[in-house]
Amino acid sequence: MATRHQKTLARFMVAPSVLLLLGWMIVPLAMTLWFSFQSYNLLSPGMEQFIGWTNYQYFLSDPAFWTAMANTLLLVGGVLVITVGGGILLALLLDQPMFGQGIVRILVIAPFFIMPTVSALVWKNMFMNPVNGLFAWIAKAMGAQPIDFLAQYPLMSIILIVSWQWLPFATLILLTALQSLDSEQMEAAEMDGAGAWAQFTHLVLPHLSRAITVVVLIETIFLLSVFAEILVTTNGGPGYQSTNLTYLVYSQALLQFDVGGASAGGIIAVILANIVAIFLMRMIGKTLE
Amino acid sequence: MARKISDTRRWGFTILAWGVALLIFFPILWTILTSFKSEADAIASPPKFLFFDWTTQNYAEVQSRSPYFRHFMNSVIISVGSTLLGLLIAVPAAWSMAFQPARRTKDLLMWMLSTKMMPAAGVLIPMYLLFRSWGLLDTRLGITVVLMLINLPIIVWMLYTYFREIPAEILEAARMDGASLRNEIVHVLTPMAVPGIASTLLLNVILAWNEAFWTLNLTTSKAAPLTTFIASYSSPEGLFYAKLSAASTMAIAPILVLGWFSQKQLVRGLTFGAVK
Repeated sequence: MATRHQKTLARFMVAPSVLLLLGWMIVPLAMTLWFSFQSYNLLSPGMEQFIGWTNYQYFLSDPAFWTAMANTLLLVGGVLVITVGGGILLALLLDQPMFGQGIVRILVIAPFFIMPTVSALVWKNMFMNPVNGLFAWIAKAMGAQPIDFLAQYPLMSIILIVSWQWLPFATLILLTALQSLDSEQMEAAEMDGAGAWAQFTHLVLPHLSRAITVVVLIETIFLLSVFAEILVTTNGGPGYQSTNLTYLVYSQALLQFDVGGASAGGIIAVILANIVAIFLMRMIGKTLE
Repeated sequence: MARKISDTRRWGFTILAWGVALLIFFPILWTILTSFKSEADAIASPPKFLFFDWTTQNYAEVQSRSPYFRHFMNSVIISVGSTLLGLLIAVPAAWSMAFQPARRTKDLLMWMLSTKMMPAAGVLIPMYLLFRSWGLLDTRLGITVVLMLINLPIIVWMLYTYFREIPAEILEAARMDGASLRNEIVHVLTPMAVPGIASTLLLNVILAWNEAFWTLNLTTSKAAPLTTFIASYSSPEGLFYAKLSAASTMAIAPILVLGWFSQKQLVRGLTFGAVK
């Protein structure tokens, strides 16, 4: 039906978004790629020179890189397991008949709207601080030694903080999906004598699979670049124990001024994200059909 | 008899759900409570929950020690500005993709989504250097444009899923009646598109308000929004719990209220219409 004129107009309307995103992708990425083959330190300007793969060799042989890699995967994986698992349980609970359901929902969703720097600071100081934190008081009240969470279990503490921020998101999405479950089907299953567990594995879980896929996709996008929580709580330490790839690139570039090395790290991060992305896009492409 | 059992069940679930919900909400509640304490009460052991001398002094002090209001305005300008700019660019694109889909539209949408997956670490360095040489570091203009770019794919996607639900027959009918393109847009499409655009606006303002990678790296003081301002409490001021809490409460309150209004749109928007 569309005339040639309309087609041209349509292209013209899409063009700005596409060009901007293309520019946003290609220009900085090309620059990062270029820098990654240069010896380039912000402290010695004018000394840039081409050094081939040296930055990559340096970066890949640095134990900090492999620690950061492992931390990135642990952080994403840990938060995904906690939020999806907890989200399913919470969604099932919130779906039950109760009084004040609206208020309960509001309370549960709230952490998602808290800016990362605030939640990180509140957790770090008011809960996890080994002297004045609430956890320390609870430990002391029970006669135990207070734990210095961010010094002793830095990565686990950050996983906990980030999970607190993302659990509401998973819960809300899974709850929405749950509410579209056909109640007649559930009743029929109940009449047929299906137990609660059988109902859950054969009806509820398959029904939720699409929503779970979406939650995993969206969270992964955001979790691969967790940054503020690390910057504010541990600065990646102690040592490299809570440094993820994003934070490593940041510290290499803006704290050690090594643009070349950081760029090589950036390119590696992009390649990794692409591997994850291809996998995820295929998954979401299938469920979105 | 059955009625009674269901009542017991209902009460059981009510208590359990409220307990869990309060536990999840507790850090926020605790922050708000602490913001009204004196510094001594804030670190009192055992902790004081409600029975302390309520004071609003912390709010006054945060205000006087730092230009809180300027950072607040920066947050408003940056988040609303980047979203409006994004809408300006995305509305025509989403509109034409929804109503004049081409063979490649689906691929194009997936590609846009994939740009969102590019890790910020991969482009941080060039952006930082470009901003430095263009004099855009710590300017509201610079950070607004960057936030617009990172949210553009989400804005396009959200608008697309809303626009796609506007029945195309209405457009056909308007065309049959001889409506011009301008009339079509002003009288037929706009009224039907406004709710979707409003939801998109709301959600993206929230996302931009809380964005904490680019704001932390590209702003320091003059253009710093609340995310950066709060990060400056990291140390040693962070040890002043009451003041930290007051600053935090002021930073999260506006968006918490907006967020509660946006619950429904949030699900649809962030799942790109896959879950409704």
